Amino acid sequence: MKALTLAALTTLAATAAAAEKTELTVYAGDYFTSEWGPGPVIEAGFEEFCNCDLVFSTGDLLPRLLLEGERTKADVVIGLTSDVTAKARATGLFTTHGQDNDVLTLPIQLTDDTFLPFNYGHTAFIYDTTRTETPPASFEALLAMPDDVKIVIQDPRTSISGLALVLWVQAIYGDKAQDVWAKLAPKILTVTKDWSASYGMFTDGEADMVLSYTTSPAYHIIAEGDETKSAAIFDDGHYFMTELVGQVKTTDQPELAQKFMDFVLSETFQEMIPTANWSFPAKLEEAKWPDGFKKLDLPKKALFYSEDEAAALRDEVLDAWLAAFSQ
Amino acid sequence: MARRVQPVSTYLGAAVAALLVLLTFGTLGAVAWRAEGLSGLRTSDWLAVRFTVLQAFLSALISVLLAIPVARALARRSFWGRGALITILGAPFILPVIVAVLGLIAVFGRNGLFNTALVWAGLEPVSIFGLQGVLLAHVFFNLPLATRLLLQGWLAIPGERFRLASSLGFTSSDMLRHIELPLLRQVLPGAFMVIFLICTTSFAVALALGGGPRATTIELAIYQAFRFDFDLSKAALLALIQFGLCALAAVLSLWVTTPSGQGAGLGRTVPRHGGAVWLDAVILSLVSIFLLLPLLMIVSKGAGTILGLPESTYAAAWRSVWVAVASALLTVLLTVPLALAALNLRMRLVEGIGYLSIAASPLVIGTGLFIMVYRWADPVGLALPILILVNAAMSLPFALRAVSPALAEIEKDYGKLADALGLTGMARLRILILPRLRRPLGFGAGLAAALSMGDLGVIALFADPENQTLPLALYQLMNAYRLDEAFGAALLLLVLSLSLFWLFDRGGRANVDA
Amino acid sequence: MLTLDAVRATQGSFTLHAALHVPKGARVAVIGASGSGKSTLLNLIAGFLPPNAGQIAWDGAPFAQLPPGDRPLSIIFQDSNLFPHLTIAQNVGLGLRPNLRLNAKEHGEVAKALEQVGLAGFEARKPAALSGGQQSRVALARVLLRKQPLLLLDEPFAALGPALRQEMLALVAQIADREGLTVLMVTHEPQDARALTEMSIFVDEGVVHAPVPTDALLDNPPEALRAYLGQ
Repeated sequence: MKALTLAALTTLAATAAAAEKTELTVYAGDYFTSEWGPGPVIEAGFEEFCNCDLVFSTGDLLPRLLLEGERTKADVVIGLTSDVTAKARATGLFTTHGQDNDVLTLPIQLTDDTFLPFNYGHTAFIYDTTRTETPPASFEALLAMPDDVKIVIQDPRTSISGLALVLWVQAIYGDKAQDVWAKLAPKILTVTKDWSASYGMFTDGEADMVLSYTTSPAYHIIAEGDETKSAAIFDDGHYFMTELVGQVKTTDQPELAQKFMDFVLSETFQEMIPTANWSFPAKLEEAKWPDGFKKLDLPKKALFYSEDEAAALRDEVLDAWLAAFSQ
Repeated sequence: MARRVQPVSTYLGAAVAALLVLLTFGTLGAVAWRAEGLSGLRTSDWLAVRFTVLQAFLSALISVLLAIPVARALARRSFWGRGALITILGAPFILPVIVAVLGLIAVFGRNGLFNTALVWAGLEPVSIFGLQGVLLAHVFFNLPLATRLLLQGWLAIPGERFRLASSLGFTSSDMLRHIELPLLRQVLPGAFMVIFLICTTSFAVALALGGGPRATTIELAIYQAFRFDFDLSKAALLALIQFGLCALAAVLSLWVTTPSGQGAGLGRTVPRHGGAVWLDAVILSLVSIFLLLPLLMIVSKGAGTILGLPESTYAAAWRSVWVAVASALLTVLLTVPLALAALNLRMRLVEGIGYLSIAASPLVIGTGLFIMVYRWADPVGLALPILILVNAAMSLPFALRAVSPALAEIEKDYGKLADALGLTGMARLRILILPRLRRPLGFGAGLAAALSMGDLGVIALFADPENQTLPLALYQLMNAYRLDEAFGAALLLLVLSLSLFWLFDRGGRANVDA
Repeated sequence: MLTLDAVRATQGSFTLHAALHVPKGARVAVIGASGSGKSTLLNLIAGFLPPNAGQIAWDGAPFAQLPPGDRPLSIIFQDSNLFPHLTIAQNVGLGLRPNLRLNAKEHGEVAKALEQVGLAGFEARKPAALSGGQQSRVALARVLLRKQPLLLLDEPFAALGPALRQEMLALVAQIADREGLTVLMVTHEPQDARALTEMSIFVDEGVVHAPVPTDALLDNPPEALRAYLGQ
């Protein structure tokens, strides 16, 4: 009880102290604010010099922004994925990020001056080297694997990584995508709503391979000292995925928000990304990556559709996927 | 019996009904109101409707059919650990979806215990993925609920009835015809309906074990409309279809239900015998294995990390506990006036409103509340109160299911006596109704607490990072690759949910004479 | 005096007609075949069934519009006269105050009433711990405390043995005499009717006949009653 009271008093004192400073409200995805996620490091690092109080507010980013419209309290929104930027842009809520895209160390060239990438990765099938001795080296090789190799993927209708998979297949195979799905379908153990359920089935040994990210093995190497999880790297290339940050136009703290956008590309921020976000930093040369990340096999080629291309393709690729799996 | 109408409780009941309509249709309306333009449904949406009905119907049917022998065995045998078994058998119902799925896969998956045993015995392994997987999971979740609902019906048969039956030399089949079938006609349709409704809103389980997009339910289509298309009009339309399906199921089941014919007994417990002991033993053993093995897998996976979780997870657990307690109390406060009003007004409509929330899509409720609240206050600051309210509304159908028949029995058995003594209004509530409702209320509150512990989803739109709950913490662990700790958190969740349920249920049963 | 003035009541397809007077202090049996309307008559007077027409009054004061608990009567049912979850004292105390908020003096009255029915010291027990006869006594103790002039008995003490039943009827008679109660008892047992009552009402196919002396009715029953009595 005493401890509780003390904690309450400390919180009160902290709140009182914070109340004197200006507040920067940052909308972020759910995972952001956990103590091992990027949130705490970002907050501490930014508050060190901003003389402000950074407050995270979490939840479904895009639906929330669309519902709130101009009344939004957000000054900055972090964690938007490339599949929602078109709709986010259309709200007219965002202003330019004011950063130089050329300094980014991404495998592809982005010229967006509204949404700034702060990390990246690629879709990839992760396998266990103790169970799969010869991983496929191309999508064709994956399709040629026996049907008792079981793969678990995410639903493109509910999951960003699932959507990335269908765009990936589209980028490689174009019109022949539906044939590819027909060949892949017998190997698909099941389709889950979100990434975590899929990944759980893989680490539990239920599935031989899982649709995940090229960066996934880094977690096992760094956090668990386990080098048996690996990404199958395909010659065809891998679909590029990134998370972005945007500055809200209606902010009452434009200078502070701008300062935050500058902070995103700072070394403090970027060095934290690999082990807090388990993805590649958007602006950091490889030499400064943690050792576990340097060990990762990287795709030679990154495939990517711009948001307009992706939006135009979406219904078509989803239908092809659905048709193949609904037979 | 118009005289039994007690104005205060009827007004309160009407207020509760209004609140529920607001939470369900109100939120749906709010979503529709914010929608721009009208969306039609595509073929894939209609396939989703079809699959939803199919799997919900089969899941409910199998659950209630299996529950009959289980409830009967539990009703007529007393053995050491029976109470504990009943409590633990309730555990699957309150498990977070993803945890239950991983537990089931550990038992029934490709490398699970079941298939290992099959292969060892020289048989072909069977796949959990497909419609059979969806049904397996839904039966796993809902068999305990069906059993509890049926068991309550069984225990409501006065001991005298069984004594009479055994004195008449009833065989098992006589017993079935004269005592148990009438009971089943009274309890089964309701149990079937509740489970049908629960399964219509299933989503992640259906998809994960369904093996592919064929296992698409309406709720998934709603999720897609929200998250991927942000098509509010389509989300609202789908939610409306979901309501329509549920309303149809509800009307059908109420139509089939016969009112209770069981009289009052002074409730001295009479040993209930009959039937083959070995058969009951086999049934109870099989069901225990089916329900407990997946739980044991979770226990074994989580035991290593449950004591070494991040501090924030324990804080989230503590928060979840008091949210659950608050939800449970609120559930009781909402249930009693609603059940009284339904009884007094003799209106099935009022009771039907109590079941609305099962048919409601959590996503629609969450979004609708956001739209309603956003104009007046910061929804994030209200996240926990909203969570408590919505959890209570979501649990209400189960509490109502337990309370309503009990209330009807009380009025039938003691209503005249209470009327003759002038026991009205609050005095009737305090002296007659609440004491005699303790058991179902304890059960209802326990269920509400446990459901609230495991709930997630309603506030996905505006979670408050400072006020994280345990299920959210669990998902964060999973999303951060920390699967071992996620299992620890799942075990913690399981232990806390069961403890809360046990405490409330126990509180309802302690010191109850007859 | 209890007056039923051209009362008509309908329950489903069954209709009951009643017009009668019962003098104050009288003890009257209600006799008739099953389904003749005996219990309907009691339900009508007790307030569980509203009349479609006519007037019911006690000493000229109509009470057909009052809720059951406010009527000038007490009722003892065939069974379920006690709430199993309440103590004996609470069950009796309900006769004084339905909200059970009793003061010290009222607790004393409860104890005294229990004493009068031979259950002194039983206050804290629950009904399940009592025998059938004792449970009936508790119900009678409550009648004492309700202090209403009219007592309705609906096939009372049916579950008790003959000796015990005679004992209970004697207790009822004693209480009725002392308190000056008017008693209306539905019964199947001619000897119960003879033991407790001097007058009887014969109910036949929905028609309630005026009270006649019990012995005369039973010694020389009309045709319909004769069949019922098995004579």
